[in-house]
Amino acid sequence: MAAKKKKAGSNVSGDELLKYYREMLLIRRFEEKAGQLYGMGQIGGFCHLYIGQEAVVVGLEAAAKEGDSRLTSYRDHAHMLACGMDPNGVMAELTGRRDGLSKGKGGSMHMFSKEKRFYGGHGIVAAQVPIGAGLALANQYKGEDTVSFTYFGDGAANQGQVYESFNMAALWKLPVIFVVENNQYAMGTSLQRAASTPDFYTRGEAFGIAGAAVDGMDVLAVKTAGEMAVAHCRAGKGPYVLEVKTYRYRGHSMSDPAKYRTREEVQKVKDNQDPIDMVKEMLTQGKHASAEDLKAIDKEIKKIVQASADFAVASPEPDVSELYTDILV
Amino acid sequence: MAIQILMPALSPTMEEGTLAKWLVKEGDTVESGQVMAEIETDKATMEFEAIDEGVVGKLLVAEGSENVAVNTPIAVLLEEGEDADSAIVAPVAAPAEVTTEVAVSAPAEVKTEIVMEDVPEGTTFTPTTVREALRDAMAEEMRENENVFLMGEEVAEYEGAYKVSQGLLDEFGSKRVIDTPITEHGFAGIAVGAAFGGLNPIVEFMTFNFAMQAMDQIINSAAKTLYMSGGQMGAPMVFRGPNGAASRVGAQHSQCYAAWYAHIPGLKVVMPYSAADAKGLLKSAIRDPNPVIFLENEMLYGRTFDVPDIEDFTVPIGKAKVWREGEDVTLVSFGIGMQYALEAADKLAEEGISAEVIDLRSIRPIDYDTVLDSVKKTNRCVTIEEGFPVASIGNHLSAVIMERAFDYLDAPVINCTGKDVPMPYAANLEKLSLITTAEVIDAVKSVTYR
Repeated sequence: MAAKKKKAGSNVSGDELLKYYREMLLIRRFEEKAGQLYGMGQIGGFCHLYIGQEAVVVGLEAAAKEGDSRLTSYRDHAHMLACGMDPNGVMAELTGRRDGLSKGKGGSMHMFSKEKRFYGGHGIVAAQVPIGAGLALANQYKGEDTVSFTYFGDGAANQGQVYESFNMAALWKLPVIFVVENNQYAMGTSLQRAASTPDFYTRGEAFGIAGAAVDGMDVLAVKTAGEMAVAHCRAGKGPYVLEVKTYRYRGHSMSDPAKYRTREEVQKVKDNQDPIDMVKEMLTQGKHASAEDLKAIDKEIKKIVQASADFAVASPEPDVSELYTDILV
Repeated sequence: MAIQILMPALSPTMEEGTLAKWLVKEGDTVESGQVMAEIETDKATMEFEAIDEGVVGKLLVAEGSENVAVNTPIAVLLEEGEDADSAIVAPVAAPAEVTTEVAVSAPAEVKTEIVMEDVPEGTTFTPTTVREALRDAMAEEMRENENVFLMGEEVAEYEGAYKVSQGLLDEFGSKRVIDTPITEHGFAGIAVGAAFGGLNPIVEFMTFNFAMQAMDQIINSAAKTLYMSGGQMGAPMVFRGPNGAASRVGAQHSQCYAAWYAHIPGLKVVMPYSAADAKGLLKSAIRDPNPVIFLENEMLYGRTFDVPDIEDFTVPIGKAKVWREGEDVTLVSFGIGMQYALEAADKLAEEGISAEVIDLRSIRPIDYDTVLDSVKKTNRCVTIEEGFPVASIGNHLSAVIMERAFDYLDAPVINCTGKDVPMPYAANLEKLSLITTAEVIDAVKSVTYR
C-alpha cells in the first residue's frame, strides 16, 4: 500500500517549500564541502555522503515534534543538520578537531546530541535498530508522547537484529518508526542481488507491523507519509515500517569507485528525480520565489557551509589529555 | 525383585533437595508415568514420576524432609508377591558418582581469620544465599529508583531460569520486570537504547554464554558511546547473569568470560564470590553511571554466606578484599576461583605455609595496589581462575607484578587456570579441565620451593 504520491505543490505554502528547499540545499552543499575537504586530506577515514537522499530526512523531520528521538547509521551528517545540530560542530568533528560535537573523538560516524535527541551515528550496520526500539521503550516507560525515528538502509534491512527488534517492538507496542532508506545499493550490492523480497515496507507484516512505501525523492510525499506513521505511533498502535525509496548520487563512501552501476543510471536520476530541483520547480511555478530569491538563498547557504569549513579547519586538534577522558563517567 | 526409588537429580547442579510431598502412600499401586512426589530443588518444585510399575512397599523418607542427597533411596516399589520388609534388606545400590564430587566440594569453611573490612564493629549478620542476595540488591535499588528495571529471558513470570528474580514481578509489575523473547542481540540493543533514553536497565542473560550473541551491542554500543560522544551520553546499565562452568553442561555452556570483558575500555567488570559482595557490588553496579558486566556463577547461587545487616549495604567497585592474611605467599583469585584459593590456604596452613588470600571482586578496574602490597610482603604469588589460560586475568597480573614489583619477587608468578580445551562433557574429563585445589597447592609449593 504505497502512499499515494502527493500532487506536487498542492496545498503547500511558499514558506514551507522555502524551508524544505533551504534545508535540503544546506545538506547538499555541506556534503559537497565535506567531499572537498576529504579530497584535501582534512577529513580522514570513512566519510559517507547523503547527496541525493536529502528529501528523506527533511521530509521526516517535518513530521516530527519536539521531544521525538532519532538515530541512524554512519551516513549521518544530514540527520544532524536536519534536526538542527550546529553545522560548525558537525564539520569540526569530520576534521577531528576539539570543537567537533564529540570533541574530535567520534568522527564522521559517531556524533550525538542529548538536546536534539539525536542518538548517533552508528558504525555497525543495523546496530542502531534495536537501540532505536529501546529509545521508544524509554519514551513509553516515561509516559511520553514521543516517537523514535529509527533510520537504516536497505542493506541493514537484511540483518537479523532488525527482525528481533520488529518482534519486540510489535509485542510491546513501542512507538518506533522503522525508516528504511532504500537507496538501492548496500555498498556495491544492488538490492536485487541482496534482498529476497525487494518491498521492505512489507517486512514487518509477519510481525503484524503496518508499513508503507513512499517516493523518497519527493519531500512533500515523505512528509505526508511520515505524518501518517507518526500518527500511528502516537495513537499507541505500536511500530510502523516506512520504506523511503531514494537514491544516493555519490559512492558508498569516499573510496568507492562505483563500478556496480552506470554513469547513465546516476545521471538519469539526477536529471529527472532530483529532490531539490523538484522543490525549486514548485517554488518558481507557484511564484513563491523569484530567480533572485533562490540565488540569495544559495548564497546564504554557501556562506554557512564555507563558515563551517573554515571553523572546522581552524579548530585545533584535541588536547592530548583528551585521550584518557570520557572512558568512564 | 523390589525396586529402589532414589532421590532424583532434577537440575545439572542439584546435589540435594527437599521431599516436599508424597502423592502416593504405602500399599498404592502405581503405574509408570504416575506422579509420586513433589521435590523442591534450589530452583523449583518439580513433580517426580514413577518409571516402573508396582506397589509402593515402603516410603523411606518422610515428606517435608530437607537436604535429601541425590541418589538416597526414598521408597521401595514391590513386584507381585514381595513384601516390604524383605525388600528393604535387599542391597542398596551404591550411589553412582554424583555431582557433589564432580563439581564443587563442600563450601569453604568460613574461618575466623577472615578480614571483614568496611563493616562496623558490632554488626550482625544474616546467612543468605548468593541467589537471595542478588535478588535483594535488585529489589532495593528498584525501590529507590523508578528508572531501574529488569529485562531478560524468563525473568518475570518464571522468576528467573535460576530463580534469581524471585518475587520481583509481584512487587514491581510487568512494566519493570520484563520477559523478553529469546533474542539476546535484540534485547541487549533495546536495553542500550533505553539507557541512552534515560533509564537504568538491568539485563539478565540466562547465562553469559548467550551474551556472545549480543557482543556487538555490549562492546560497540554500550561501552564506547561515552567516548565517541565526547562525554555527552553513555549507557548506565548492568548486564548480569551466570558465567563460567556449571556442571556437565558441555562446551557451549561452560566458559568464563572475565578476560573477554576485562579487555574493553568503557566497561566495568565485576565478579563476586560471596553473597555479601554479590549484594553490595550489584547495588553499586546498578547505581554506576557506566555499563557494568556483572558475572555471577551458577555453582555459587545456592551457597550461603553471612550478609551484614546494614541498611543500604554497598561494596565499592574496584576494591579487592583480603579474605585472610598470610606471610609466605599471595593467592589472588575472584569468583568461584576463591573456593580453591581458600581451600588451598586452609590445607597449606596445616603444613605450616601461611597464604594471604585476595579476592579481586572487580576485574575492571583491578585493585592493583592491594595485590602489589601483598606481593611486596610475601614475595610470591599464585593466581587462580577458572577461565582459559591464554590472555587470562592471571597473565595480566603477572605482567603488572613483574613491571611494578620485580625486585620483590623470590619466584616466578604462577597462573592456575582452567585447561586450554573446550569443556568436555564426560565427568572425569570435565573434572580434569577445571582447576583444582591440589593444583593450587602444588603451585604454592613450587613458588615457595617446598
